Amino acid sequence: MSERIELFKEKAKLVSALVSEVASMGEAFEYAMDLCEKKEACQLLMSGCGEAVSDPAKDLCDAKQRKVVAAPNLSEEDFAKLQALCAAKDFDCIREGMRKHLAGIDIGVTVCQGGIAETGSLMLESSDEEVRLATMVAEYHVAVLPKSAIQATSYDLESELAKRLGNGPSYTALITGASRTADIERVLALGVHGPLELHILLLEG
Amino acid sequence: MQSAKDLKEYRAELRESLDNEFLRKTLDTFAVAYRAGRANAFKGIDVKTLIAEIAQSKDEAAARMDELFEEFKKKAEAVGVTVHLAKDGDEANRIIGEIAQKSGCKKIVKSKSMTAEETLLNHHLEDIGLEVTETDLGEWIIQLRHEGPTHMVMPAIHLSRYQVADLFGDVTGKKQESDIEKLVKVARRELRRKYAEADMGISGANFCVAETGTIGIVTNEGNARLVTTLPRVHVALAGLDKLTPTLHDALRVIKALPKNATGQAITSYVTWITGANECKAAPDGKKEMHVVFLDNGRRALAKDPIFKEVLRCVRCGACANVCPVYRLVGGHKMGHIYIGAIGLILTYFFHGRDKARNLVQNCINCGACEDICAGGIHLPRLIKEIHARIQDEEGHPLKSVLLGKVLANRKLFHRLLKAARWAQAPVKEKNGYLRHLPMVFSKEQDFRALPAIADKAFRDLWPHLKPEVANPKHTVALFSGCVQDFVYPDQLAAAMRSFEGRDVAVDFPMDQSCCGLPAQMMGETKAARDVARQNIRAFEEGGAQYVLCSCASCASQLKHAYPKLLEGDKVWEPRARAFAEKVIDYSSFMHDVLKVEPKQFQDKGRKVTYHAPCHLCRGLGVKEAPRELMRTAGLDYQPCNEEEVCCGFGGTFSMKFPELSAQLLSKKLADAEATGAEELLTDCPGCIMQLRGGVEAAGLSIKVRHIAEAVAEQRKK
Repeated sequence: MSERIELFKEKAKLVSALVSEVASMGEAFEYAMDLCEKKEACQLLMSGCGEAVSDPAKDLCDAKQRKVVAAPNLSEEDFAKLQALCAAKDFDCIREGMRKHLAGIDIGVTVCQGGIAETGSLMLESSDEEVRLATMVAEYHVAVLPKSAIQATSYDLESELAKRLGNGPSYTALITGASRTADIERVLALGVHGPLELHILLLEG
Repeated sequence: MQSAKDLKEYRAELRESLDNEFLRKTLDTFAVAYRAGRANAFKGIDVKTLIAEIAQSKDEAAARMDELFEEFKKKAEAVGVTVHLAKDGDEANRIIGEIAQKSGCKKIVKSKSMTAEETLLNHHLEDIGLEVTETDLGEWIIQLRHEGPTHMVMPAIHLSRYQVADLFGDVTGKKQESDIEKLVKVARRELRRKYAEADMGISGANFCVAETGTIGIVTNEGNARLVTTLPRVHVALAGLDKLTPTLHDALRVIKALPKNATGQAITSYVTWITGANECKAAPDGKKEMHVVFLDNGRRALAKDPIFKEVLRCVRCGACANVCPVYRLVGGHKMGHIYIGAIGLILTYFFHGRDKARNLVQNCINCGACEDICAGGIHLPRLIKEIHARIQDEEGHPLKSVLLGKVLANRKLFHRLLKAARWAQAPVKEKNGYLRHLPMVFSKEQDFRALPAIADKAFRDLWPHLKPEVANPKHTVALFSGCVQDFVYPDQLAAAMRSFEGRDVAVDFPMDQSCCGLPAQMMGETKAARDVARQNIRAFEEGGAQYVLCSCASCASQLKHAYPKLLEGDKVWEPRARAFAEKVIDYSSFMHDVLKVEPKQFQDKGRKVTYHAPCHLCRGLGVKEAPRELMRTAGLDYQPCNEEEVCCGFGGTFSMKFPELSAQLLSKKLADAEATGAEELLTDCPGCIMQLRGGVEAAGLSIKVRHIAEAVAEQRKK
């Protein structure tokens, strides 16, 4: 198991994911708070608002707002904890209404259901539209992954994945690293549509 | 897109590409980086087995295409998806246009779909008044430029950051810097607005999993996630070849596809969508979802005994990544919509003969594509087949018919070669090259000197050379091929000298003829089949253990093409297989059979480098034997950069596309010279003709020889 976790870390880092270990959800939330505090508010630079965009595109940036943390798939209890931490820092904390924030939010926090060591991938149940959007609109995606959910290969995750797919409407993502492109001169650039950074927090247990 | 009417126009287009320095430089850097990246990604993985499994699973899926479609339809419709089947591109476009109109959609965002490129979907949607925006960065760039993709995975690889900056300047109305990261941010912001406004999203699908009615999409940018989430209507367009029985089949392809495409272990996102998911923009909170399957000849292809394997293609684009011709001219010239080796084939089936006619001739047959294809498709062979098929449909050109007729008649062919020896006398120089090229060769062939036909052919020298071996341990029949027989008989004589003292009995069947590869390259399948039978018959008589062939191209033709050419023939197929079994190349015979040892050779040999002939290193899979042989023979072997890249000969290819051949040759010679070696060795007389002619024309000092000549000379006397 520990070899599998080491392999997961190694592979995730290869695709620029930032991997840390946390002992509890509380520690994960502290991590997210810290990250949010240190980063610039989203509409300022990273998403392209600082660039020479067209006038209509600029309109999206004008609604300058407070920092936003979205956490659509936490349990009621965990969400309440995160909300309290956000309130103390004066961040907005939301679990729905992502469509109102298409210009960007700062941090999307999610709990993942599975991981694949051989590629450093996360499996994220995304049937809830808010989860899809939170993880795409956010500049930083903070993904909590229980260590016990890490499988060695995609084949080992197969039966679990197949069950999700076979049960009525469903939308499941395998996520490996941040959103990336190399479409201009094959130069790697992160965050073309989705998050600019992916932070994976490996949770004990 | 390919618009040239004839080969002449096509060549003019190719010349334009050759003059595009940026394109050449980008593709060169990419080709080198790609090889390293791919090798790294596959480290520790049994690639051959993985590819064989993919091939088998895709073949099975293709054979059950209709059944899988029904199963997918049933499963997907049960979870709220409408499934359509379009017989061709026009019908697919019409269906999608009608979905948009019925649901009152005006603005569309699209994520990358080669299938939509195939049907020219955007044109249709725009014609009926819809606004379509590509969201994949590369696709958006080429859409704004009104171009087609030049690569399946990197559609805008032909453009520089400066061109993109200018383009974005026009789009935003603001001056843009050429910093790539900033340009990506501008795209992110501009496209975010498009997602927000769109009421319909169109995606492709890499997989349509029948057992669950799920579509799977692999993307790096993640745009597919937004395209399939924000708008209230989602239409996925997929070829019927994307149907796969189980999730496992898809996961298996994912193990190879990104590694083969870009050297990534997996793409950033793999998105699995089953059914009509939640969508808060829809009136009932549920997405309106459609899957449109495209036939466009795929069902017929699945039933074609020869071409069904093209349905194995997973659209990784790797065949372009390693194609030396693509590397020179780029995708707009190396495909119509689908590019690279698979593009040459698919163009014929999806876009018709007119678009494919010139393209299929632009394959140098080096086998680099087949070597890495994720589906194990026999690409060069299928390209040749298409060429032959087009000629069968349109009538064979006179040149090709004549070549076929001559090659199929050994006596006539050899009489003509002997007559040519007299005809060349006035233009032959002492150094063995032709001073002026004969009239049939145009000025464009000047990049290399052409050798004169030897005074005496090997077959005429044979009676004097035939060795007497009292107690043979090995019996060998030599297959000379035309070039060694009539132009370079010394190479065969050298090979024989290197067997001396090792109890090798050698025979040279006089009824042997050309191996037939030139005829097959020209699309003359019947002639190729005729010479195959003739050669098999000629070699059966002596009953030697080995058919030794020191021409890599001939060897690969004898070994792999003969059984294929005679497949299904009750009498000839087994004979072809038995014959093919015996075929061996010179280096493997020396190294693997005779097991020569360093003590049999002089040490302190010259500094040499090596060119690996395509048909040896890939065609026959012989990689180590010649390198080991050079070392064993005491030669100071210095590896050469890009040793396994084609020298540009390609037989008739170099006559048809001299400009491309010249470029490949000059790169090859530059790499060889850079090693500082005195000699460039190789084991194919075709390559030697090309390389030596290039050295002569450019006045270089490096000497080009057959490996047998160097090895024979190193023998301890």
